[in-house]
Amino acid sequence: MTTTTLEEPVRKAPPGTAAREPRRPGRLRRVSLPYLLLLPALLLELLVHLIPMVIGIVMSFKELTQFYIRDWGTAPWSGLANYRMSVDFDAPVGEALLHSFFVTVGFTLLSVALCWLIGTAAAIYMQDTFRGRGLLRALFLIPYALPVYAAVITWVFMFQHDNGLVNHVLHDQLHLTDKPSFWLIGDNSFYALLTVSVWKGWPFAFLIVMAGLQNIPGELYEAAALDGAGIWQQIRRITLPSLRPVNQVLLLVLFLWTFNDFNTPYVLFGKSAPEAADLISVHIYQASFVTWNFGTGSAMSVLLLLFLLVVTGAYLLLTSRGRRAADV
Amino acid sequence: MSSTSPMARPRSFLWSRRIFLTLLTGFVLVPVYVMVSSSLKPLADVTGKFRWFPSGLTVRPYIDIWSTVPLARYFANSLIVAGAATLLSVLIAVFAAYAVSRYDFRGKRVFTVTVLSTQMFPGILFLLPLFLLYVNIGNATGIALFGSRGGLILTYLTFSLPFSIWMLIGYFDSVPRDLDEAALVDGCGPLGALLRIVVPAAIPGIVAVAVYAFMTAWGEVLFASVMTDDTTRTLAVGLQGYSTLYDVYWNQIMAASLVVSVPVVAGFLLLQRYLVAGLTAGAVK
Repeated sequence: MTTTTLEEPVRKAPPGTAAREPRRPGRLRRVSLPYLLLLPALLLELLVHLIPMVIGIVMSFKELTQFYIRDWGTAPWSGLANYRMSVDFDAPVGEALLHSFFVTVGFTLLSVALCWLIGTAAAIYMQDTFRGRGLLRALFLIPYALPVYAAVITWVFMFQHDNGLVNHVLHDQLHLTDKPSFWLIGDNSFYALLTVSVWKGWPFAFLIVMAGLQNIPGELYEAAALDGAGIWQQIRRITLPSLRPVNQVLLLVLFLWTFNDFNTPYVLFGKSAPEAADLISVHIYQASFVTWNFGTGSAMSVLLLLFLLVVTGAYLLLTSRGRRAADV
Repeated sequence: MSSTSPMARPRSFLWSRRIFLTLLTGFVLVPVYVMVSSSLKPLADVTGKFRWFPSGLTVRPYIDIWSTVPLARYFANSLIVAGAATLLSVLIAVFAAYAVSRYDFRGKRVFTVTVLSTQMFPGILFLLPLFLLYVNIGNATGIALFGSRGGLILTYLTFSLPFSIWMLIGYFDSVPRDLDEAALVDGCGPLGALLRIVVPAAIPGIVAVAVYAFMTAWGEVLFASVMTDDTTRTLAVGLQGYSTLYDVYWNQIMAASLVVSVPVVAGFLLLQRYLVAGLTAGAVK
């Protein structure tokens, strides 16, 4: 890579400034400097992300059970067997994976929508200066700043059947339920998970939208106000359209984080998630570490990655086309 | 700050704002209140029906947490791991972002796209391979990565690296190029220009990145639960040590949660200004 670039001028010098450069270090050094600067980042990405990813893909083609884990190289090749097992939706393994996939999609869409909605509304409402705004902003960021396990453990306590706050309020104080409900097992666990995820995630949307709002020139609002546009119209005609580029990135990031989230369900439910809240990353973790079937777990991970690649690619294609169309 | 001047707003807006922000404050603060109040309750208050107000206040849980599990050791491990990961991650991101922001070189696009796309990988995909890789490196070279703080530091610093590089590229781009050209004229090498001119001008962005890296390392659960042993266990896993006692010592669990949260939350709230400024200048532009 470096050898081919040796011939080319590499410094991105604005026209007319190149001559001013007094120090002319050795050509090799100049050319390789950006690569040297990138080297640590590159090596680490290779070590922790890219090489393991390749190993993971290789593993997905092997019959890797607990017998071979010490020396996984000797595990027999199994061709596509792991994949066939993962997507055989009539058999228990495939059926469970498909179920987990649908739960994750539903959960992710709801969580992202709510996080975005609450975060955007809060950021827009807090654009005006009012008394206590700084304090409120700090309070709103607490759920995001708290370490996941500390925050989620608190919710576990609140969702307890006998001594939790949620049942105390819903059953004892408001008499909304006939008897105390179970929140961390059974169907309710989906809503418990959604609540915690939104509680934890919306401040990030708030933070990003708040930053995005500061890049909207004030003149736009002044001009609109002169034209007689009220606050609601200003929000609809100026604020929301101006936020579009920010939202494009924000929604994608929220989607990927929520879809891949492991920490929240893992701390909320422990090692075995209830069926109604069986998110895909915990599902794969269980498939690999609880049943010690790492080959199948790897195949599932690869399928998950392919799905995310396709969704992300389609999303970027659609939004960039949409943006181009909007520009014309 | 381009906050619009508080000109006359219609009542509908003011009322909807009041209602919305009040409800939201309640939603945000109830768990925080539960955490704080329960940590000061005697045991009987957290084993029986939930009570909004403690029957009496006690600091006992704050004393007991240190002996129920070796919390001090977990704390030290987390500090070492998160601190080292943050320092290294910021340093490496500064160099990488400077190269991308100031130089044209072959493979630049490939580099940025690859680094950013690692953000998308499900952690579960490389958890097991990484575990195997660390074990094998250990067997081959004697460098203990698995079960050690070093392995965890390496892992965590790459978690925050993509976001950090991405944000700092945007930030460095906003530092006028003339400034480092001038430094080069004055006889600084490229590294001198980076350290004396670009870095000081980008301090808010760098602080923001550091905050993010520290929070990422401090809060991670999945890799910590697989890659640590008794002596290197971090808070993320250590706190679950109380879980065998779940229905008994909730006041201690809340006290421990509060204790481990205070450093990050305090740091975050102190530095959040920088984070917003950094995001405004870098990421969302």
